[in-house]
Amino acid sequence: MAETASVRVTPTRILMRDAGLIALVVFGLSFGLVGFRIEDVSGGLALLTRFDGVFFATVLAFLGRVALTMLHERRALPVALVALPVALAVLLLQLFADALDPARSYPFRSEVVNWSLFAVALALGLRGVWLNWHHGGLLSNREARERNMDEVGAKVQQAARYLGPALLGLAIVLPFLPFADRRVLDIAILVVTYIMLGWGLNIVVGLAGLLDLGYVAFYAVGAYSYALLAQNFDLGFWTCLPLAGILAAFAGILLGFPVLRLRGDYLAIVTLGFGEIIRIILLNWYTFTGGPDGISGIPRPTFFGLELGKRASDGGETFHSFFNLTYAPIDRIIFMFYLILGLALLTNLFTLRIRKLPIGRAWEALREDETACRSLGMNPRNTKLTAFSIGAMFGGFGGSFFATRQGFISPESFTFIESAVILAIVVLGGMGSQIGVVFAAILLIGLPEFFRELQQYRMLAFGMAMVTIMVWRPSGLLAHREPTLRLHPDPDRTGAA
Amino acid sequence: MGYFLQQLINGLTLGMIYALIAIGYTMVYGIIGMINFAHGEIFMIGAFISIITFMVLGLLGVGWIPLALVIMLLVTMILTAVYGWALERVAYRPLRHAPRLAALITAIGMSIFLQNYVQLLQGARVKPLQPLISGGFRFLETGDFIVTLSYLQLFIIVLTVVLMFAFTFLITRTALGRAQRACQQDLGMAGLIGINVDRTISLTFVMGATLAAVAGLMFLLNYGVIDFYIGFLAGIKAFTAAVLGGIGSIPGAMLGGLLIGLIEAFWSAYFTVEYKDVAAFSILVLVLIFRPTGLLGKPDVEKV
Amino acid sequence: MSAVLRDDAARALLTVEHLTMRFGGLVAINDVSFAARPREITAIIGPNGAGKTTLFNCLTGFYQPTVGRLTLHHPQRGPFLLERMEGYAIPNRAGVARTFQNIRLFPQMSVLENLIIAQHNKLMRASGYTFAGLLGLPGYRKAEQAAIELARYWLDRIHLTERADWNAGNLPYGDQRRLEIARAMCTEPALLCLDEPAAGLNPRESAELNRLLTYIRDQHGIGLLLIEHDMTVVMGISDHIVVLDYGRKISDGTPEFVRNDPAVIRAYLGEEEPDEDADGVSTGA
Repeated sequence: MAETASVRVTPTRILMRDAGLIALVVFGLSFGLVGFRIEDVSGGLALLTRFDGVFFATVLAFLGRVALTMLHERRALPVALVALPVALAVLLLQLFADALDPARSYPFRSEVVNWSLFAVALALGLRGVWLNWHHGGLLSNREARERNMDEVGAKVQQAARYLGPALLGLAIVLPFLPFADRRVLDIAILVVTYIMLGWGLNIVVGLAGLLDLGYVAFYAVGAYSYALLAQNFDLGFWTCLPLAGILAAFAGILLGFPVLRLRGDYLAIVTLGFGEIIRIILLNWYTFTGGPDGISGIPRPTFFGLELGKRASDGGETFHSFFNLTYAPIDRIIFMFYLILGLALLTNLFTLRIRKLPIGRAWEALREDETACRSLGMNPRNTKLTAFSIGAMFGGFGGSFFATRQGFISPESFTFIESAVILAIVVLGGMGSQIGVVFAAILLIGLPEFFRELQQYRMLAFGMAMVTIMVWRPSGLLAHREPTLRLHPDPDRTGAA
Repeated sequence: MGYFLQQLINGLTLGMIYALIAIGYTMVYGIIGMINFAHGEIFMIGAFISIITFMVLGLLGVGWIPLALVIMLLVTMILTAVYGWALERVAYRPLRHAPRLAALITAIGMSIFLQNYVQLLQGARVKPLQPLISGGFRFLETGDFIVTLSYLQLFIIVLTVVLMFAFTFLITRTALGRAQRACQQDLGMAGLIGINVDRTISLTFVMGATLAAVAGLMFLLNYGVIDFYIGFLAGIKAFTAAVLGGIGSIPGAMLGGLLIGLIEAFWSAYFTVEYKDVAAFSILVLVLIFRPTGLLGKPDVEKV
Repeated sequence: MSAVLRDDAARALLTVEHLTMRFGGLVAINDVSFAARPREITAIIGPNGAGKTTLFNCLTGFYQPTVGRLTLHHPQRGPFLLERMEGYAIPNRAGVARTFQNIRLFPQMSVLENLIIAQHNKLMRASGYTFAGLLGLPGYRKAEQAAIELARYWLDRIHLTERADWNAGNLPYGDQRRLEIARAMCTEPALLCLDEPAAGLNPRESAELNRLLTYIRDQHGIGLLLIEHDMTVVMGISDHIVVLDYGRKISDGTPEFVRNDPAVIRAYLGEEEPDEDADGVSTGA
């Protein structure tokens, strides 16, 4: 058990003062924007007040600060004793609200407020209980916390040996499971698409350490290339896919060439700028890209020439008539699912393999110290360009899939937020961690889809999650790096790294 | 000729707004070497607080415009400054020694959070405001075009210039300014010789937020309509201005802001309006590629 | 002034001719010329600020010299003009490797990986610029094995074989320094430049370092160029010393010569004041 250092207990007076100051700040923050609301009414604007929100926020800030300080100082029991009953009370009130008065919810009028109160109280309470039990468990030391999380990451990576294939197995049989209706499959396709894009960006950001905020540009290039090639040259999906990838890779080289020597933050902004430039061009170049109307009627992929529709176009044959199956509309969705699953697996296999090759190692070394790389004879520009364009290529594949799945594309789908979301998935999962990307995508994309009522809070929670996770563990939740080469094979594990 | 002069005036006015925001970017970058991605959102919050203040004043019966403006100015400066302070405290201070990528992600996260925070609290629709200051000077009545310098534009220009002077005074003549410049040059050493680094950095954010708040008010008055998304675009352009002028240099930010405003005005007037944002982004890209230190910046020599 | 170039300069590995480095108004290096030979350890010494690291940075492509010619006479590949080459081409083609004053390892990568990355270019070619590697062709596998063998050789020399899978950042300081040297050697250079390799080492570790450096000189026959302040290292193992002060070369010769050169004594210890008693200052003329 870890030693329990003697912890200084803050005198109540100072505790109150600190909490008071925090509460004052929160009051100042919430007074303007929470306290008042501008509503559009016919003919102008009206002002509504929401002072209960301000009150709630201020009080919560005060109590929260007190609770956190107490937890920090191991005075966990009182916190738990107060917080848990509160959580219980709110939960009960929410569950039986209808019985009391169907018109409103308790104890506060807003559902959101109630559930956040419940969540905060529950979190504080549980933490208090846990801390009370494990006296030495408090790891306020940043280094110790980092080491701990690294161990967690290592364990997950070890588990990934079994977890990975298990998840893959689940994914393969997913369409045949009883609950897999169209909605579930749609969500699954969305999640796997983001997983693939995350793995693609992982090459650029996770392995090579290049801050790319404009990844959506390559996604767009892939989508539009596929759409235009398919429409104008009448080529099938399987021909267009590699072409779109090559075009996206080429775009990567073009965009990367002038900017890859820029340092971190600057590179991020420039890539963001590029992403926006491409979107604006797509939006305004009506004759070529259809402008805001986009491109529609994009052909669907075929299964070795067999179409997956109800009826075949002239000269073709449908999948179902070939295999003597009865047609069900969901079959096309299932096909799409396997398609994106295959593409994602391709990306993953590629990454796993390339990490063990010189270029992969060079990317990681470049991420750590570019000067040292140069002093070892490595050409940084070419190395970065390779990462950038390969990442772009996979983005292009993803874009092609997106185009064929939707049947219709427009510049609206390719905004900066997409880049930010994909980047968030990579970073939050733990840069360089393949399985981390999977979890992050499921969490950030899949979860909100299931809770449609929470849709409007999705981006808010997103932003908050990004900040929270970064403050808590800057290297990402499940980040842990295993060496790609071992001199002494680890006796605990079977098989080389 | 008249058209040109009018665009000149419009561009300068717009440039003033960008300059105020750009100073915030450049100051923060100078002191902690980080791009405050959420600064655009601070500007947007300033605009929202301004309009809310105006409506409250309306309810309270304050009708006299000059008084309302002064109150709006003060209230937005103070309340937005609190946001600036909180932003640094919550999102940036914990990551001061973390890798660059982590700090950038946090900044983006805060930006997304603040945008959606305002969107949820105030609704996604645009908020219009009737013109508060109307009328102006007319010159050069050549042919069918009259060049006007509206009182509003004059107000913006004068206020900005006054703030710039005050600000420059603050930076060069006061102890705070000295502390800031020390932190900019060597953060560690500044701490060792007794400068309260945390407080200096906090104050930097507060000052930047205050100026951005003023910019928000001006934006509201000038365009008459705001929504939760104005921060993103204005932020990028102001950042471009800061980079153009030389990141880390306050006179550079002012110069860059003016230039970007002028370029935007002239581009929309003489070329196309749709691609005016592309102009801003392209300038950013070009400056960073060909002259990353900007016009007034100092070259960054890497020590091996 | 002491001799500028030895008469057997034709045998030189590195010739520095009239090197001048100006940063705006500041002259960091002023018309410095010397030569370094293979199978010799040449030390560059001088008070702080004399321009030693600047010299290294010019040699290894971090700075572009204002004036001067830097020629590397590679025993197999012929002469290279270093001042005209791109930074990364200098280790790659001219075979000049270096270590840094503040150790620059790859801390999150293992010791073995650090040594393998040094052999990047060789392995890239063997992997068919990645394509052959992706397809799993045997040529790459053999090259990787050879690279691991070379790494193992150096691991044995620096006694890190057991800890080969440790993260480089977790090694103690002395081991990190030696690892950096081993990593430089894995690039199979003709000239090894070391920037203060003994900084922060205790006497035992310094002696270990001396052994390593003389081993490299004798067994691998390359030339070593070293910046150093630690006189036990300098005097102990150098074959040739060049002394810089305020950007100028003030002495050039064998350790015995340099040790007794009045110009050097003046630079390090200052002028003897005429009305001062000798405070333990050597009573030179």
